[in-house]
Amino acid sequence: MIEVKNIHKTFGNNHVLQGISAEFYEGKCNLIIGGSGSGKTTLLKCMVGLHQPEEGSVIYDGRDFTRMNFQSRIEIRTEIGMLFQGSALFDSMSVEDNIMFPLNMFTNQSRKEKLERANFCLERVNLSGKNKLFPAELSGGMKKRVGIARAIAMNPKYLFVDEPNSGLDPKTALVIDELIQELTVEYGSTTVVVTHDMNSVMGIGENIIFLHEGKKWWEGSKEHIAETDNKELNDFVFASKFMQALKK
Amino acid sequence: MIFHPLGKYILLLKAAFRRPEKWNIYRKEIVNEMVSIGVGSLGIIAIISLFLGAVTTVQTAFQLVSDFIPKSVIGMILRDSSILELSPTISSIVLAGKVGSSISSQIGTMRVTEQIDALEIMGINSPGYLILPKIIAAVTMVPLLVIISIGLTIFGGYIAGTASGALTAQEFTDGITSDFNSFTLTVSMVKAVAFAFLITTISAYQGFYTSGGALEVGQSSTKAVVISCIAILFSDYVIAQLML
Repeated sequence: MIEVKNIHKTFGNNHVLQGISAEFYEGKCNLIIGGSGSGKTTLLKCMVGLHQPEEGSVIYDGRDFTRMNFQSRIEIRTEIGMLFQGSALFDSMSVEDNIMFPLNMFTNQSRKEKLERANFCLERVNLSGKNKLFPAELSGGMKKRVGIARAIAMNPKYLFVDEPNSGLDPKTALVIDELIQELTVEYGSTTVVVTHDMNSVMGIGENIIFLHEGKKWWEGSKEHIAETDNKELNDFVFASKFMQALKK
Repeated sequence: MIFHPLGKYILLLKAAFRRPEKWNIYRKEIVNEMVSIGVGSLGIIAIISLFLGAVTTVQTAFQLVSDFIPKSVIGMILRDSSILELSPTISSIVLAGKVGSSISSQIGTMRVTEQIDALEIMGINSPGYLILPKIIAAVTMVPLLVIISIGLTIFGGYIAGTASGALTAQEFTDGITSDFNSFTLTVSMVKAVAFAFLITTISAYQGFYTSGGALEVGQSSTKAVVISCIAILFSDYVIAQLML
């Protein structure tokens, strides 16, 4: 489980996160949702240590990440897998080398073992045989899947996903969502997904946190999201004509 | 105004020199960078060195129109100016343009496409992984390039001098072999190592702290080249003042 307690983050005069506290549960898809500029990605980056919050703490299974030294942080980071919005694959490496990269850095496995693991991860994301391709040769959806394969290479305890469906067609987006959910169950990982895609919310949102203007506005599950009388959440969820029609 | 970036630069270097996670991965990266910086720059260094030597010889011959000065002095002047100034400084300025802009845009692109964030998330010391191999490769390869450049500058001077009739082959050989002070080579190598360090670290710094998109990557690359060139010329003066 990951707990965030009273997180504050400011950029210049912009107080992006204003005392957010939340819990993210093991074996569940925990979604952080909200409009653009609500602080979703900033919260995610504070959780993984890419941003240092001015106040508050992030606790990974009782271990306070925000107050750790460099070496202890590395230990936690080897338990983290992350899929970035733009996939963030290493351009100079093939698909196979991208997946094997964390294994090369942090394990003493033989090349054969690492290759087997890379092939397993690729098979898991339905990209068998694409080992030798380079990121520039992949479509957006394939890049995301390679990003997931790299994220799960080290059997992560914590899986972070930033906007998994951005730039993807609805069908590919669904495949990615299902994959994230399957992997969460398979690895029993604490999965945190940042999204503003309502299909994802209704599909995999087991624990949903809604951010608005840097504050936690609502918390619940996909079953309760449509019934809420929270005005800001309703405005967000039923912003599209399709969702409005669905509500009627 | 200068203290904030200087502090960030020093902290980045401190992080870059942290103990590597796995030396064999770094070794591989160092070899790749050596090929990229060293072998990749050989062509341009060879071309500029040949022409520098040729131009220096022809212009020195033009200025030394006196019966009291032996023509072999042209070879001597070419040798010393090549070892002390032309090869280390001009080569390094060219390398700042070629290698520096490449380092800055490579690291800058990695920054804006979140590849550096991905390294950090994996628990990898990104300044160490990205910058240290480049520094080691550059401080190894740039002195070698400078040595090659010295040889080719003198060769270019020989060709131009003898072909234009400014001096004979014997006069040229007499010039480059007389009164040679080997300390000039030491100064040249100190300059090469210092310039290599400055080019890689300044360019890496500019790339590492890029934010935004393609436009900012281009701006970082330009700044890397400009600041590297100024740093090279400034340190050139400091080294000359201290060592000569």
